[in-house]
Amino acid sequence: MPLHTLNIALADDDDDDRTLFKEAMNEIKIKTKLSLFNNGKELMDYLILPNVILPEIVFLDLNMPIKNGMQCLYEIRNHPRLHDLLVAIYSTSSSEADIEETFVNGANIYINKPTSFGALKQAIEKVLQLNWQYHTSALNKDNFLLRI
Amino acid sequence: MQLMRIYLKFDFNLVCKAVLQEQLDALGMKYTIHGVGEIEFSRPPTPKEEQEMASLLGNYGIEIMDDQQMALVQRIKDSVTEWINDVENPKLYNFSTYLSEKLDYSYTYLSSVFSEATYSSIENFVILKKIDFAKSLILQNNLTLTEIAYKLNYSSVSHLSAQFKKTTGLTPSAFQKIILKRKERALTQK
Repeated sequence: MPLHTLNIALADDDDDDRTLFKEAMNEIKIKTKLSLFNNGKELMDYLILPNVILPEIVFLDLNMPIKNGMQCLYEIRNHPRLHDLLVAIYSTSSSEADIEETFVNGANIYINKPTSFGALKQAIEKVLQLNWQYHTSALNKDNFLLRI
Repeated sequence: MQLMRIYLKFDFNLVCKAVLQEQLDALGMKYTIHGVGEIEFSRPPTPKEEQEMASLLGNYGIEIMDDQQMALVQRIKDSVTEWINDVENPKLYNFSTYLSEKLDYSYTYLSSVFSEATYSSIENFVILKKIDFAKSLILQNNLTLTEIAYKLNYSSVSHLSAQFKKTTGLTPSAFQKIILKRKERALTQK
């Protein structure tokens, strides 16, 4: 299937972070459709709707009220229809233990929230390019790990 | 009840070719398979045959491409995979020569078609494929990193490690540790 637009979901409780992410996404060449969620519960309620078009990649903030990123990751990996989703953790934590824990729990990508807009754009661009290749080439998704 | 898991390794080219042969034989037309992404028929299929073929192959997630450019991109990708997976043959000439001779287009033309369609360069794709292959070799556990570097035509282990780190953000050993922990956890949870 030739892929024309990447569907992307982001769950982050911080208004500014969501806005920055959206702006960075708009400046990238790859065609995307972004859905934003204020917390993990909103995201999960959306993903389990019947007939919903599943995103090619989900970005999860780790620290969110009501349902945090780790809980979402766990639910996604244990849900029969969602368990193949590519999941990127998008967090301020740079603790090695946190990072390893998210990978072991099934995250594909770990992004340390960049401090500048330029770096954010670059990180998102790298993730989307790779993600595009994983959706259009015979690459092994089970071994897809990326840390930025 | 005693549960047991086994782990599988696939030769995707072989699997795809077997599926293609099986389905095309069912169609009853004479054909030749050129690589996994290209089939030549002895005569043009009728619209009805084309439809039947599309539905037979569709069952296996195989689509007939009508877009020439996308088809060329797919052939480039298949050639990259073939070049990398063929570890037995020494790489006597460089990849760009191999690719342009195999596909019969100039490398400059192939590069521009590829970049336009995939947002990434052929060189990047080659690295991505090599690292993807290195990952599966690392997980097979019976090869040292030195042997893997040699198999994948890296000049040294440090060159492989550096490219692995640059592509994935992780060292080969950190990668291995994470995947092993995942498997352990999956086993203890069930």
